[in-house]
Amino acid sequence: MGIFTAALLFSNIYALIVVFLVQLPIVAASKSWKKWAGSMRAGVLLAVLIFVMNFVFGSTFVFSAAMTLRFVTLMSTFSLFFMTTSPDDLGLALEQTHVPYTLSFTFTTAVRLVPTMALDAQTVIDAQRSRGLELDTGNFMKRIRNYIPILIPLIVSAIRRSIELAEALESRGFGASPNRQPLIVLRMKATDYLVVISTVLMIILAVYVYLYVPLPTLDIPIEMPKIFPWFQLSI
Amino acid sequence: MIETEGLKFAYPGSPEVLRGIDLKITDGEFVAIMGENGAGKTTLVKTFNGLLMPSAGTVRIDGVDTRDSSVAKLSRDVGLVFQNPDHQLFSETVREELAFSLRNFGYEEDTIDRRAASILETLDLARYAESSPFVLSGGERKRVALAAVLVWNPKHIILDEPTIGQDYQQKDRLRNFIIQLNAQGKTVIVITHDVEFVAECKPRIILLSRGLVIGDRSSEDILTDGALLDRASLTRPQIGALMHELKDRGLPERTIDVYSAEQAILRALGRKE
Repeated sequence: MGIFTAALLFSNIYALIVVFLVQLPIVAASKSWKKWAGSMRAGVLLAVLIFVMNFVFGSTFVFSAAMTLRFVTLMSTFSLFFMTTSPDDLGLALEQTHVPYTLSFTFTTAVRLVPTMALDAQTVIDAQRSRGLELDTGNFMKRIRNYIPILIPLIVSAIRRSIELAEALESRGFGASPNRQPLIVLRMKATDYLVVISTVLMIILAVYVYLYVPLPTLDIPIEMPKIFPWFQLSI
Repeated sequence: MIETEGLKFAYPGSPEVLRGIDLKITDGEFVAIMGENGAGKTTLVKTFNGLLMPSAGTVRIDGVDTRDSSVAKLSRDVGLVFQNPDHQLFSETVREELAFSLRNFGYEEDTIDRRAASILETLDLARYAESSPFVLSGGERKRVALAAVLVWNPKHIILDEPTIGQDYQQKDRLRNFIIQLNAQGKTVIVITHDVEFVAECKPRIILLSRGLVIGDRSSEDILTDGALLDRASLTRPQIGALMHELKDRGLPERTIDVYSAEQAILRALGRKE
């Protein structure tokens, strides 16, 4: 939460580098470097797109890099969170902090369905490749258009699954009683309090630095030729 | 011809799914690949069109090693119809759905129109040509998915669980259609658990269990071998089970289809009379 807040707060590249580096010990402690690296690889295309869109439409090189780094940091934070937290524990925690059950259930079900959707995505890709679709040929725009035959079946499949799931849940009494009794009751331990205090301190520190500490700036004089003058932004 | 030699495959981070498969499917054959869940049936056929590359061993399609080709090139000759049609349907109309693969393979627009119209007629889908595939019933969407593969006329056609979700009449139509395709010289490979369907078609059966071929013989041989069927978590077809129970009454045990059983029973009754 602290890293997430700091990443959203800062646009300064040095600050974002620090924020990114702060989570590396957490990755090391979770012992999931390979998975984490895999999730980072999955976001490379989007990161490049963010950089290109910022730079092409008038932002400086450094600002574009900073926005890319912000995206990478946020993606990394989410990835780390979901790699180290089971949907069951998350659902229990949300429920026991009095978040309405329907909301917490929706959230945890969405998280739980991510691997299922990833498998579906691979199946859709296989099916379309079997019909001659080549995802890695053509210019940039063609490659983007090539994903339409992937996205539409995936979205339709997700909507169908949601409807079937909703019907199955209603058939099994979901929402029948407002008084649910959890089997497991979570209790705060010393490490939990430590994490909460660290997070609060990190947020306070981030806000303090943002408001009161002048950060050094980096200037790399690389400019995009003015192809789209009507989209120039002043950053 | 489809050949595999010592074919092994493992998904990343998982044990081997295919543990050394040797098989040859000649042009124009009709083959059913059967086995329990997780036996490696779908994984095996995905190596035929290059979607999956062997970890060891080789897969050759008409003499070409799949490692030396691409999915797009291999798919021209190996058409794979996936189990769930919703994993491929995305176009605004059924006609556009059929045109998609033809455009990928570089066909001219007039050829695309002609081929799409022809296959829509063949599969009784012409009235849905301008309809959205998403508003069709499950069985109709399955036929659209089949049409979308047949439209480019591949030499080898693989159908993954084509009878799932189909009512009896649709299964009957599908069986006749598959037999017709095979009669036209196409290699037809069907992945299925449906022993009744296979018993009526009588293809060659390749039986997989835990990534290995445990049986590769005729339908009569495989579907009457109780021990082999047990290993692959399959049961005898109903006619086969009946004839097995009546074998001591002089009825032939290796009968698996309705017509042959009828003939055998009539002959037995004729003998008594």
